[in-house]
Amino acid sequence: MGLAFASPLLLWGLVALPVLWFLLRAVPPAPIRRRFPGVALLLGLVDQDRQADKTPWWLMALRMAAIALVILGFAGPVLNPKPLVASDKPLLILFDGGWAEAPDWSARLDHAVTLLDEAARTGRKVAVVQLAEAPQPVLFGTAADWQGRLAALLPRPWLPENQQRWIADLPEGDFDSVWLTDTLSHSGRPLLATELAKHGALRVVATARPILALHPAVFADGKVQLTVNRLPAGDGGSVDLVARGPDPSGIEQDLARGTLTFAAAADSGALALELPAELRNRVTRFEIAGQNTAGAVSLADDSLKRRKIAIVSDGSDREGLQLLSPSHYLRQALQPTADLLEGGVSDVLPANPDVIILVDVAKLPQAETDGLLDWVKKGGLLVRFAGPKLGASDLGRIEEDPLMPVRLREGGRTVGGAMSWDDPKTLAPFPDGSPFHGLEVPADVTVTSQVLAQPDPDLAGRTIAALADGTPLVTRKSLGLGQVVLFHVTANAEWSTLPLSGLFVQLLERLAVSARAGGEVAGDLVGLTWVPQRLLDGFGTLTDAGDRAGVPGAALDRAAKNGPGVEAPPGLYRAEDRLVAVNAVGATTVLAPAGWPVGTVVEGLTVSAEQSLKGPALGLALILLSVDILAALLVSGRLLAVLVLGLMVLHGPQAKAQAQVQAQAQTADEAAIAATEGVILGYVKTGDTAVDEVSAAGLTGLGDQLYNRTAVEPLAPIGVDIEKDELAFFPFLYWPVTPDAGVPSSAAYAKLNRFLRTGGMILFDTRDGDVAGAGGTSPEAQALQRIASGLDIPPLEPLPEDHVLTRTFYLLQDFPGRFAGGAVWVEAAPPDAVQAEGMPFRNLNDGVTPVVIGGNDWASAWAVDGNGMAMFPVGRGYAGENQREYAYRFGINLIMYVLTGNYKSDQVHVPALLERLGK
Amino acid sequence: MTDTVALRAKAEALGASLPALLAAAEHLAANVALGEHGRKRAGMGDDFWQYRAASAGDPARSIDWRRSARSDQHFVREREWQAAQSVMLWVDPSQSMGFSGSPGRVTKGDRARLIALALGVLLLRGGERVGLAGQGVPRSGRAQILRLLQGFADSGVDYGTPVEDGLVAHGRAVFLSDFLGDMGAVEASLARAADRGVHGVLCQILDPVEEAFPFDGRTVFLSMGGSVSHETQQAGDLRVRYLERLAERKARLAELAALSGWLYMTHHTGDPAQTALLWAYKALEGAR
Repeated sequence: MGLAFASPLLLWGLVALPVLWFLLRAVPPAPIRRRFPGVALLLGLVDQDRQADKTPWWLMALRMAAIALVILGFAGPVLNPKPLVASDKPLLILFDGGWAEAPDWSARLDHAVTLLDEAARTGRKVAVVQLAEAPQPVLFGTAADWQGRLAALLPRPWLPENQQRWIADLPEGDFDSVWLTDTLSHSGRPLLATELAKHGALRVVATARPILALHPAVFADGKVQLTVNRLPAGDGGSVDLVARGPDPSGIEQDLARGTLTFAAAADSGALALELPAELRNRVTRFEIAGQNTAGAVSLADDSLKRRKIAIVSDGSDREGLQLLSPSHYLRQALQPTADLLEGGVSDVLPANPDVIILVDVAKLPQAETDGLLDWVKKGGLLVRFAGPKLGASDLGRIEEDPLMPVRLREGGRTVGGAMSWDDPKTLAPFPDGSPFHGLEVPADVTVTSQVLAQPDPDLAGRTIAALADGTPLVTRKSLGLGQVVLFHVTANAEWSTLPLSGLFVQLLERLAVSARAGGEVAGDLVGLTWVPQRLLDGFGTLTDAGDRAGVPGAALDRAAKNGPGVEAPPGLYRAEDRLVAVNAVGATTVLAPAGWPVGTVVEGLTVSAEQSLKGPALGLALILLSVDILAALLVSGRLLAVLVLGLMVLHGPQAKAQAQVQAQAQTADEAAIAATEGVILGYVKTGDTAVDEVSAAGLTGLGDQLYNRTAVEPLAPIGVDIEKDELAFFPFLYWPVTPDAGVPSSAAYAKLNRFLRTGGMILFDTRDGDVAGAGGTSPEAQALQRIASGLDIPPLEPLPEDHVLTRTFYLLQDFPGRFAGGAVWVEAAPPDAVQAEGMPFRNLNDGVTPVVIGGNDWASAWAVDGNGMAMFPVGRGYAGENQREYAYRFGINLIMYVLTGNYKSDQVHVPALLERLGK
Repeated sequence: MTDTVALRAKAEALGASLPALLAAAEHLAANVALGEHGRKRAGMGDDFWQYRAASAGDPARSIDWRRSARSDQHFVREREWQAAQSVMLWVDPSQSMGFSGSPGRVTKGDRARLIALALGVLLLRGGERVGLAGQGVPRSGRAQILRLLQGFADSGVDYGTPVEDGLVAHGRAVFLSDFLGDMGAVEASLARAADRGVHGVLCQILDPVEEAFPFDGRTVFLSMGGSVSHETQQAGDLRVRYLERLAERKARLAELAALSGWLYMTHHTGDPAQTALLWAYKALEGAR
């Protein structure tokens, strides 16, 4: 820790502070001038505390502190100042730049930035080199040049091997070097270090962070074997290993997890993950949790996949003659790497195998042929082996069979047997373009019998392997998304020695019938061009390779053996149907600590960086000055007003939103309790504030009238959001329909229908009684039709004269709101309702209408403001007030009807009602 | 030239505002139902008051023959005395009445004029004679409303003193002011009015801000005209003492009113004008 100033002379400004003290102290904050008639009463009143005439001492102190900070800030204080380096030689900064540095890459960059800043101050020339890149000449430039380019450096997903290659590119002359390294041993490192030491001082900067490397996953003993190497080997410890891949819905997630525990002082540990085949086939990568390096990721390729292969043979395997069985060699070749199914075509097709192998099967029932065709067209791979039965059958003689790549000539041929002059035929080298290209042809593979293809025009294109005399041995054709491959020999050793050779397995592998069983098979990758699909970066993230050029198989082979590099970066490569992963860590990679030439200085990465305090000091001064504004306002008594103003400006628009949020935060319980405190009339919120206000005011007015005139004493109405709120608490909902009303969601419909079925009532008000009758074509009526289409509403009829609504409290025949005369619709009476004897009513004892629909804008007629005064005029003059009275009466009748149902239809009351009606 | 132009502009501005004021006053007055205005004693009038036995000296034509025919006595039908009363309105024209504590609130002067005019409308409708202090004798009739309107004026003084010119003996008077000025003038006015048998109403109109004194910090308080000023470092400290003085002032006014048989009320511009109008109207009625 230390503090230095860039321009210490400015600190003399602090001397002026006492002068400022007197200046500031003399000027108190200006008073507010207010016009106020009451001043006459103030005359003669004396302030109790006169000393506020001067600036209060704390305000003074605040201002002095702010000014002192400004002076200090401009003096340029620097924390942890670096002693200037005496050397003026150019500086070479070397990064190893491999994946092992990815975890603390930003710390390394910071360190390099510090070095560059230092060099910029001393005017040294600088060059930055990343050793993981291909060697290129090192050129010194100014620090400013490199400062911009430094941020673009990224760790590479491979290790910087063969460092001696850089020696030739080092510039002439003296220079100092700083080497930011991983702590691993790499080939050529001592050579390069020695060379650098010859040019000038070499400092090595390294971290103590442990490095973990995950070796490629290997499938053995029915489990996925994972090995992790670490450096340095510490005491015990454990890491989590994660297998990731798409779940059935295609979303990448953790498919399996395991904890690998290291033995004490062991530099590696192993974990066996037992995964079901289905899960294992999904895994795309294994990784060490929490390690974001390419070395902690192992990509899974075909070698982990267990393909489902169905072998269909004639089923007449004779017992005891296993070696002669047509499918024996196939089984042996495929067993270690694939899940095998055996049975008839119709038995295996439902299992949807990846590959179906037909071993000398000639005739298939039509249904099975169709099934196979479908399956191949969807991407299946059908491999057929010839044999005596196929040779003798008529399959594909005259016309090409869809399930055969070529037409066959009758009879086939036999060479090199007792009855022929020829020698057994050997295989020709695999041609370019064949999936087998690059495989070595063993000399001891001979063919004695085979079926022959008809020399059709496209035969040459379909031949992927041929005998030395050019006779096709393996032919292939595409069919839909899949393909059909025919081996012109048997799958057993009867016709050729092919099944006995290693080539047989390789051929199957190249056809993606089987997968590589773990380790590398020599020449396995050579000869093909591998197109990168997805590539790893240094941090272990897979990115799309885009249109990167393909990599020759030989290079990929080298990468697989010696670890990846510039020519073949780690990632997934595809050729035809095969997917091969190149991992940052090979199976044989060993992490070893680096050795340095004697006398090399090795430093830690964490050095306290030089820190300029100018910004913080000025910032603090600014904050103090802002506080001073508030304090000055406080002293002059204007703080409150400014605060209120500020709050209004800041929170004005948010206040509403906050209120809503708080309202939502209110628990459902509280809402339920509030809604069940008493009888509460509900209205449906339309989203139109004006309409909602009128609804609330209308129900308030109706509630007041109910309170005054009846035993119903409703509480304040509550607005209901039909999408969110529970409706069960309300006996009655007023629903004003706006022209732009949206259709409720299906959940809301379910809720509404439940509400209607369980005795709730909705009064739909289209509020258009002045321009249209209910059921008209006004926009509101159309909106109502939209809304009502999802509701469980019985047939309706205009309110009949003898409806219970006409006599639940008042005797009414008119139901005006703000508009009069519009029809009001209720549930239709049952057609069998008969008029009660001697009564003007029909017997309508059952069924309370769930909806009442009209357009008279009742809420407006009912609406009262906060003082209980009517909000809207109704009609004209006294007649209008009369109409308002009838509107209230309708409302009271309606609520009575809602609350008492068809009670008034009860015959008990009929005589009394009749008496009154008769008067 | 400039003076006449300015005067005319001002007059036109005022003229534009007068119908609004008149409409507001009429609207306000319409909300007060007209009750009985009888003098509660026999006299000249249209309404029946009582039958009394005819006595010597009653002219024969004053005998109500229909009533007398029902008995042996003669009865005289007396009518209720309905005499017009003179009401003098004084609306404080001073600048201090031009104060409003918040932009959305009317000034005290506007409120005073509204109440005065509405009262005038009501009284004129009731057949009384109404006049503005200093504007000649009170007169009756609808035309007087316009004269009242035109009589409202603003003076340049900071605080007004009541003007009792034109007070009719045994008439009624209404003083509308904030009464924040010199109390001596008010006392003198009231004394002179009481001497002439005038009863009336003191209506003190205050802004809510004047009741609350919501000020703080270093402040220079100026009267509306600027003639009076008071500087303080801590306005908040003055609040309690200011409120005490205000309460004192109100108590003094109430006391003065009680002594001279007047009625006193405080009206706040934050409240509806109707309450003040109703009170003043009732007070005038009750004083009769």
